[in-house]
Amino acid sequence: MPIELYRIDDRLIHGQVVVGWGQPLDIGFIVLVDDEVAGSDWEQELYRMGVPPGMDVFFATVEAAAREHGRYAADPRPGIVLTGDIETMTRLAERVPGIRSVNLGGIHHRPGRTQRLRFVFLTADEEQALRALARRGIVVTAQDVPAARPLSLDDTLDGKVGA
Amino acid sequence: MSSPSAPEGDPGPSGDAGESGEPGAPDRPLAIVAGHGAFAEGLISAAAQIGGRGGIFVGMSNTGLGASEIADAMRDLVDRTGASVIFTDLPAGSCTIAARRLVRERPALTLITGANLATLLDYTFHAHLSPAAAARHAAEKGRDSLLLFGGEGGGAD
Repeated sequence: MPIELYRIDDRLIHGQVVVGWGQPLDIGFIVLVDDEVAGSDWEQELYRMGVPPGMDVFFATVEAAAREHGRYAADPRPGIVLTGDIETMTRLAERVPGIRSVNLGGIHHRPGRTQRLRFVFLTADEEQALRALARRGIVVTAQDVPAARPLSLDDTLDGKVGA
Repeated sequence: MSSPSAPEGDPGPSGDAGESGEPGAPDRPLAIVAGHGAFAEGLISAAAQIGGRGGIFVGMSNTGLGASEIADAMRDLVDRTGASVIFTDLPAGSCTIAARRLVRERPALTLITGANLATLLDYTFHAHLSPAAAARHAAEKGRDSLLLFGGEGGGAD
């Protein structure tokens, strides 16, 4: 079964991911792609605690996730691939041509970022990185929870704040 | 963007103990309540209405905040108030993740996840105990308050 969701969310594994998306999509596993978390047993235990019994979580560096992507995609269970920032998703997409869509789920305020949506704040470089993903044919949409309407990248960058 | 602060209507760090506060009861925040949306605001408001001691809690919301901002805000709140107990909503939530990082930095802090009104009320009335003992007591009370009645004939899965 193809990966159900490639999501960028700076909170990584949390309620919106596990409950908000996990339940309606009947998610069987999450691949958390983060070089730092993949190198820390403590961080992994922290995020594993947030995953309910019956849902697997795999921790991977970008390189390992790219290498193992075929295995994730062949898993009969629906899965989510999760990164904490745009740069990590970009690196993954460069290595995995099969990624056709990316969900912006939560990129919150930080100095240098400008608000585009209630849950999306971007620097100029991050905006360019998202445009580059779109130029590769990847459909980028912003949607924090399944019940919300997905917004196109253009609408997101236009800053439909409050959406 | 919402920021971590005492929720509206809550007296906050300098709030009094409430009309029915016990004589000699602490009048400063002893615990942080953190969660999604207006979880903290609502819970503290309800605890104050029932127990009259909302001032011992200070709330924060994760709304609009990234993971590092939640942790920073929680750390700042602990530093500003001297609170030694943190109540959070979802065990898997971002506030819990942030609180666990904080507890790792400061092992004297106590974290209770899955907090409900019964938890906060019990803590209110046992705040004279050590923070860890009061928190343990409150956690047991909160767990025991989850009850299920009825459901017969409602259809089984």
